[in-house]
Amino acid sequence: MAYERKFKIGEPILEVNNISLAFGGVKAITDTSFNVLEHEVRAIIGPNGAGKSSMLNCINGIYKPQQGTVSFRGKEIPNITPNIMAQMGLSRTFQNLALFKRMSVLDNILVGRKLHTKTSFIEVALQLPKVKKEEKVNRDRSEEIISFLEIEDIKDTPVGKLPYGLQKKVELGRALATDSSIILLDEPMAGMNVEEKRDMCRFILKVNDELGTTMVLIEHDMGVVMDISDRVVVLDYGKVIGDGTPDEIMANQKVIDAYLGVEH
Amino acid sequence: MKPVFMTYTKKDLINLAVCMVLSVLIIPTFIKTEYWYTSILIPWLCLALATIGQQIVMGYTGQLALGAAGFMAAGAFAMFNLILRVPELGFIGSLAVSGLIAAAFGILFGLPSLKVRGIYLMVATLASQFFIIWMIDKFGWFKNYDSSGIITAQDIVILGKPFTTPLAMYFVCLAVTAVLTLLAMNMARGSTGRNWMAVRDMDIAAESMGVSLLKTKVQAFAISAFYCGVAGALFAFCYLKSLEPVAFDIKLSFKILFMCILGGLGTINGAFIGAAFILLFPVLLNSVGNNVFHGAIDATIISSIEQVIFGLLMIIFMIYEPLGMAKLWENLKQKFGSKLTSSNIKNLKSSLSKKF
Repeated sequence: MAYERKFKIGEPILEVNNISLAFGGVKAITDTSFNVLEHEVRAIIGPNGAGKSSMLNCINGIYKPQQGTVSFRGKEIPNITPNIMAQMGLSRTFQNLALFKRMSVLDNILVGRKLHTKTSFIEVALQLPKVKKEEKVNRDRSEEIISFLEIEDIKDTPVGKLPYGLQKKVELGRALATDSSIILLDEPMAGMNVEEKRDMCRFILKVNDELGTTMVLIEHDMGVVMDISDRVVVLDYGKVIGDGTPDEIMANQKVIDAYLGVEH
Repeated sequence: MKPVFMTYTKKDLINLAVCMVLSVLIIPTFIKTEYWYTSILIPWLCLALATIGQQIVMGYTGQLALGAAGFMAAGAFAMFNLILRVPELGFIGSLAVSGLIAAAFGILFGLPSLKVRGIYLMVATLASQFFIIWMIDKFGWFKNYDSSGIITAQDIVILGKPFTTPLAMYFVCLAVTAVLTLLAMNMARGSTGRNWMAVRDMDIAAESMGVSLLKTKVQAFAISAFYCGVAGALFAFCYLKSLEPVAFDIKLSFKILFMCILGGLGTINGAFIGAAFILLFPVLLNSVGNNVFHGAIDATIISSIEQVIFGLLMIIFMIYEPLGMAKLWENLKQKFGSKLTSSNIKNLKSSLSKKF
């Protein structure tokens, strides 16, 4: 890359080792391993039904794989739950949007500050000075994220009333509010127009560049993937068929076959 | 709008002041008939408090629970036993402890919410309703081995002063309800409320943000049961002035559920609106029956009509305004407010153009 990165790509932060996941007789993922390096933008691509979202759900602890392990910063995590992963510093967005629909944009992003909120409900009920201080810190950080994502004008709107593209932005904002060291993005640009996609790319790269947040994203738009990611892993039928830099992936015969189909 | 005091905006503080002046000064000076206090205002405050409890678990946390009356019974009988056996606690102390006892039941019966949801959870929480009432009936100790079935509640004594007149009891209910409502509003607007609503709207995303489902749900059930317990104790001591398990049957649970839904799920002021509506509506219907039809309609028919209308209203609200009367009120205010300001501006403009 031409420019100098503030955060040099470092050691593996997340390692997926020999994961296999099946729903009854249907094998979603078979013996898959790959890693994610600190501060990099890592893309997971593959045709529909390749097991990409299932992979993220395994990393995040929503699905329990029958085999294999997930390691975070070199340490194997035995009982993964979404909550434990959140506490380790892993945040995510969802493919079909999982926002809190009846809450405002600001409140949605404030929920992302949960792990930075230490006061108990009794303290909140009594509105002790401690609570006010903490609330102010969290609100300031949320406002910062809102202005970063350029959504100031909608911050008091209930999220359910927003168009799809903006909802995706809010979801990214909520993930950012956690101040996680790694963020999993499940199709952050699905259903967006070219302009919205360009905006989203800019945000992802800016976060990665300024905060050094490691990004793992699933995306279908090959142009985008090849543009913004440092390394790409390709899944097909639940197996890794290619892993490397965008240039390597584009030259990989197996990947080309998976996408274009082969004559039998 | 920027909050000026705690989490409250200027508008909130004005509303609060209006409510306080109305309830502390205006109502006591203008309403002299005892009937209003003993039959309308006191039960209204008690049931509104219980409805806030129901709101917390159902409106804010999204857990369909049905059994508020069970927790109210727990609170009421805990209160009776505490005053009887631990008189050192005093009235306010006993009230707080009976709330905590109800909260313990809330935790116990909130645990199924971790595994079941929706209508199944509703059935599971019904257990609290039946179990608590059965327990009180089964073990004579709770009723102090009273064989008559109805126990007279002890007189309310706070700091050595008796509170036995309807007006005094009204003030006791008002004070407790006001304080607990403020606390509930603080929680609902703060990080606690955000966690509840996150669990309600999308539990899997909430968990991915580090919100513990176990903790949040159990916490909501406990707080809800605390509110119901305190409300139950007040209901028994200020309104019924007697204790009998039958008063806390499933009908009361349904009543509180209706108040919650009609008032508006996920709103605190909706609890008061809903409770007022459900309490006053039968009174209104009765007076219509007596004054318009001069008793031509049988009282039993009137109470049946009441049920029919409640059912109809529930369906209408569920379809057209799921957020209930609180939302309706909000819309009305907005409509009225915008009309008012726009007409003001027009007037101002026309008067200005006349001048120049």
